[in-house]
Formats: sequence, C-alpha cells, structure tokens
Amino acid sequence: MTALTDDELWSAIADPSRRQVLDLLVSNGGVSASWLAGRVPFSRQAVAKHLVVLEQAGFISRRKQGREVLYQVEADRLDQAARAMAELAARWDRRLAAIKRLAEAAHAENRKTENWKAENSERGEHHDGENG
Amino acid sequence: MSGLAIEREILIEAPVDVVWRTITQPDQVSQWFADRVDLVVKPGARGYMEFGDQGGPVVVEDVDPPTRFSFRWNHPRGEDPVVGNSMLVEFTLTPEGAERTRLRVVESGHELRDWDDAEKQRYADEHQGGWADFLDRLTVLVAKHRSG
Repeated sequence: MTALTDDELWSAIADPSRRQVLDLLVSNGGVSASWLAGRVPFSRQAVAKHLVVLEQAGFISRRKQGREVLYQVEADRLDQAARAMAELAARWDRRLAAIKRLAEAAHAENRKTENWKAENSERGEHHDGENG
Repeated sequence: MSGLAIEREILIEAPVDVVWRTITQPDQVSQWFADRVDLVVKPGARGYMEFGDQGGPVVVEDVDPPTRFSFRWNHPRGEDPVVGNSMLVEFTLTPEGAERTRLRVVESGHELRDWDDAEKQRYADEHQGGWADFLDRLTVLVAKHRSG
C-alpha cells in the first residue's frame, strides 16, 4: 500500500456525496451498487462514479458473488486516511499555539516599553514641575 | 467555497495588530511555520516556504490588514496555483476587545467545480456539524468494521 498524499486524500473524500457512499459502505460492507443507489439521494450513475474514485484511491475493493459485484471498505486505508487528516488538523493546532505564544510575548514586550516610556515622561513632567 | 476544509481557531491575549504582524512578518512567520520564509505580503506576490528538506512555492491571495490574509500552496511544481490544484490557507483575525483577538485558520483544497447547487448545499449542511465530526464518525466506524 502506497502512502496517501494529502492531494489524493483530499480529492477522494472532498465530495460529500462520496463521503455518504463511503459511510454506507463502512457501516454495511459487502453491498452492491444498486443497494447503495437505493439509499442515497442521487443517481445510480453518480454512485458508480463515486465507487470508481473510491476504488482508485484504495478505500474500497470489489468482489464477485454470483452475478453480483459487491463492494467493501479497506479498513487499513481508511484508518490511514483518518490519521492523515487528524495530523493535518494537529499541525494547524501546533502552529496556532506557536502564533499565540509569539503574539502574547510581543504584546507583553510592547506593554513593558510603553510603561517604561510613560514612567519616564511622568518623571520628566515631575522634574519640569519642580524646576518651574 | 466548496471542498473539504480544516478549520481551527484560537483566542490570543494580544491586540489584533500584534497578531497580524505575527502571521505576516517573515521573521515572525519563520518562528511558527517554515524554517525559511520568503514572503511578501501583497496580493499576487510569489514566495517560498521551506520546511527541513521540503519546501514549495506560495502565492499570496488576499491581504486586508489587520483582519484577512490568505495564500495558496501545495500546487504541483511548475504550475500556477489555481482553484482545483492547490490548497488555500485563510487567516481571519477578529478583535474581541482591545487586547484580545480570535484567530481562525481554514485550509481547504480541491474545490470541486463540477458540483451542482444541491451538492454544495448538502456540503454546507453537513459542514455545520463540522469536519471533525466526519473524522470522528469515520474513526468509530473503522474500529467497528475491524472488530466486526
């Protein structure tokens, strides 16, 4: 099994109708295209199209049973996809946490400089007062 | 926008202009993002970000200080990033009072241009529950499938 690139992952499950087909296959396994078509609000042709994309991405496979072609999910591949997507989200969480640290540190530094300036100008004014 | 998106956000105890500088100034960006950042924050500007031995071109899309900044990346080498071949990263900064900012990032990709309106609507409806929702459902279902 080759590693999924983000691109492949994205294009395979970006489409909500395709995710719906995938959901049905995950929960029911070993079903035919016509069974699927009876449970989704889109055409049989659309179901066939989604099955091709999912099969190419390695998320599902087919087997023949009598005259019927049955589809089932490839659990390892789906697991790999779920992990890859969770990793993408985790990467952004780490970046956002780093931005927060940097921005808050910069803000604290700015405030220190401002306070220092304010104190100095206060002292300056006080001094002027004494002299005047 | 259609396509799958990752949405994350964080609340930062700093004014919006400070957060803006953190996400747009190259010397700052290199501290939270890439090791080497070559970025001009201007719409259409081409830049580069390097992570260890990986790296790639980046093209700035929208710049609206201090609240919106977006760029495209992850497009195939030698190609211009456009809708459909790249990932779009969008930062939105929302001030919450004078010293607090909500920072939201959305990374989306592979907008499907051939979606009809019904599909887009379904996506929008589904997306209310959120992307994490689908992920959780998928993980649970895979686990069930395995044990079953």
